[in-house]
Amino acid sequence: MVSTPLDPDRAESVFADFKGEYTREQATLEASRCLYCSDPPCVKACPTHIDIPQFIRKIATGNVKGSARTIFDANILGMSCARVCPVETLCVGDCVYNLMHVPPIQIGKLQRYATDRAYAEQWRFFEAGADTGKTVALLGAGPASLACAHELRRRGHGCTVYEKRPVVGGLNSTGVAPYKMKADRAADEVDWVLGIGGVEVVTGVEVGEQVSFQELEARHDAVFLGMGLGPDTRLRVPGEDLPGVHGAVDFIEEMKLTKMSLAGVRHAVVVGGGNTALDAVREARGLGVTDVVMLYRGDEAAMSGYHHEWAAARVEGVRAEWRAVAVGFEAGADGRVAGVLCQRLDEKRQPIAGDTFTLPAELVLVAIGQSKLGALVQSLAGIEVHHGRVVADERGATGRKGYFAGGDCRNGGKEVVNAAAEGKAAAQAIHAYLTGGL
Amino acid sequence: MPDLSSNTGGIRSPNPFWLASAPPANSGGQVQRAFDAGWGGAVWKTLGRPIQNVSSRFGAHSVAGARAIGFNNIELITDRSLEINFREIYDTKKKYPKHAVIVSLMVETRDEWRDIIKRSVDTGADGLELNFGCPHGMCERGMGSAVGQEPKVNQEITSWAVEYSSIPVLVKLTPNVSDIVPHGLAAKRGGAHGVSLINTIKSIISVDIDRFVPEPRVGGLSTNGGYCGQAVKPIAMHMLAALARDERFRLPISGIGGISNWRDAVEFILLGSSSVQVCTEVMLRGFRVVEDMIEGLEEYMRTHGFSTLESMVGRAVPSYSEWGNLDLNYETIAKIDPALCIGCNKCMIACEDGAHQCIHPNPTGARMPVVDESECVGCNLCQIVCPVEGCISMVGVDNGFAPSSWNQFVEESRVLRPKKGAH
Repeated sequence: MVSTPLDPDRAESVFADFKGEYTREQATLEASRCLYCSDPPCVKACPTHIDIPQFIRKIATGNVKGSARTIFDANILGMSCARVCPVETLCVGDCVYNLMHVPPIQIGKLQRYATDRAYAEQWRFFEAGADTGKTVALLGAGPASLACAHELRRRGHGCTVYEKRPVVGGLNSTGVAPYKMKADRAADEVDWVLGIGGVEVVTGVEVGEQVSFQELEARHDAVFLGMGLGPDTRLRVPGEDLPGVHGAVDFIEEMKLTKMSLAGVRHAVVVGGGNTALDAVREARGLGVTDVVMLYRGDEAAMSGYHHEWAAARVEGVRAEWRAVAVGFEAGADGRVAGVLCQRLDEKRQPIAGDTFTLPAELVLVAIGQSKLGALVQSLAGIEVHHGRVVADERGATGRKGYFAGGDCRNGGKEVVNAAAEGKAAAQAIHAYLTGGL
Repeated sequence: MPDLSSNTGGIRSPNPFWLASAPPANSGGQVQRAFDAGWGGAVWKTLGRPIQNVSSRFGAHSVAGARAIGFNNIELITDRSLEINFREIYDTKKKYPKHAVIVSLMVETRDEWRDIIKRSVDTGADGLELNFGCPHGMCERGMGSAVGQEPKVNQEITSWAVEYSSIPVLVKLTPNVSDIVPHGLAAKRGGAHGVSLINTIKSIISVDIDRFVPEPRVGGLSTNGGYCGQAVKPIAMHMLAALARDERFRLPISGIGGISNWRDAVEFILLGSSSVQVCTEVMLRGFRVVEDMIEGLEEYMRTHGFSTLESMVGRAVPSYSEWGNLDLNYETIAKIDPALCIGCNKCMIACEDGAHQCIHPNPTGARMPVVDESECVGCNLCQIVCPVEGCISMVGVDNGFAPSSWNQFVEESRVLRPKKGAH
């Protein structure tokens, strides 16, 4: 067990799955509907290019073990991806059935069926390769590093993961909306993936603080940068330090890992229009807050969050204030936040003079982005950082010899499946590098 | 309003839909409920010396989530006393004088046949069906398909039945023969008023791969059963048409084998059935399926201008011919409709791996594949695998060659067009 024990009463435990799990009969029927296309768009839409028709056919024939093998061979994080992938915009969104105006195949739910079964039955598909004597340092214990480490182990390279937090799993453990996946499932995944053996995980150690890059280079033969993103971006408006105003990512982590009471919170405002904001509004509703408002500076069409998520949030009773920004927070008699002072914007996102209003809020979640961690490695000669992101080629190699990167720190914040794809690709590049091919 | 009434060798029914001799026609209660639901006739489950059945009697062939597209059974003839059966047939006929009740029979000796036929006729039944078809259990005792596979025995027993019966006699034929025609002709020589076909096909439906025992499993053993259900329809229709087109035969036929809806019934009627018998679909879904069968047949007759069933029976038989008479110069090619294509590439992989390698990726990069018309042999495979109705059409090509069949090529030296796809 690499994962840390979790509090069974943590706040996220009240959530039920938004998309339920299939029974065997349901999975068989849905799988049987798949057209088994050749060279299909669903596979192209998946960053890890899972052979989707093949894994689905194997479910239909009752070869669930083979199905899981097909999934994990392409994406070792297939279990969490089955739950957290925005399939509506990826594989399911590209299912050819959409063009027939027939409901698309529920690829995510089928993938969950096969991968859950693999976990339940403790099927293992991959073994570590013969020891090469080489070792790789991986920064961050999130999806990118896990995928990278697993692939490196298949090739026999030793791995040490350096994680500054006490919790491993990255955003899968601390950030995924609990109606998609709870932290215990992320912990299961860490244990399952690292079950290949030979991966040392060092928690509570931040590279650049407790250990220097020079030390890493002395200890290891290559470095994988998979440290993700930094803390929530702040609004920098008056009152932001009032109790009750939180960065959304911070708040979500607290909800996922600890007990939390929202007693006394009747109104919540979430600032932002991205996917973290959409998670936060749905989470606030799910935790029992009656009035949840998403405050976004653009209009509905401009929102960067997924429209299917917004549609679900609306069904759950969330409302939005479009074209408005928070310009300050007001305190109540108890000294905690009580309201958000808002400024209405015009179509060019300029303030409309005199058009202000106040939203009542005992809870405010600021979801306007996370800081980039590129600065951490900026001082290393050869590494290029662009808008806070570590620059790497398509295989994940940075400009510094022996340094590779993948996941949010490189792509600026995408999906788990992107991190999985980039981590795996980087492992292949690292292998080539370590064996003299690069 | 088209007239659906049917006449099969003198057995008349308000519509051509009969319950086949099988579990749904086991008792008066069932047959009467079936008549209430709309069935025009019923062939009572075979009477004979009552037998003892096994537990575990049915097995199913299920495919890709579609349950029981094929079905088999190892049940035998009636296990109820003859007295009860005859009383219920009498009651049913009293209550439903216009519906057809046919008594299926299977006994061994001439005396037994005489006795059981007399008692059957006394019930007021409209006809008899001689069960020369059952391919499991009873045939091991010299009855059922053991009779149907021997034209001489078939003819002899049929002649006894016709001698003793004052009502029409149908002979139910077994498909477990290499050619159905001699068996139909044997029944005709015996004096039958018609035949019904097909009975079930000898089969092993599946194997329990954990216990190493075929299904249906009776303890540690199994046996071959009779195969039926939707999957057997093509076999049944071939046998039906083979008899229907034979000049020497020319007897009414009651069609059986995988009929599950009005469309199947239409096909059987067009291939020469005067009535159609249904079992499996009723076993799986109940008597109520007949409502759609009647409506669908009526609507079909209306839209195709058939005012009577009689005018429709055998309408497709003249178009059933030998391969040697097919026009080798008739040419079709596949056309894909770009407005309907969803880009699944099922046609391309099927053609590439399973046919003649003449559907290729679109050179423009579009997802819709393209057909190489100069190589397309017009095999239909792409159209069969395409999930979108109407997307792939097989279109006739005027290649300038006069028609020529193989027979005409051999006998009259007609000219054949160049082969395609024979690269």
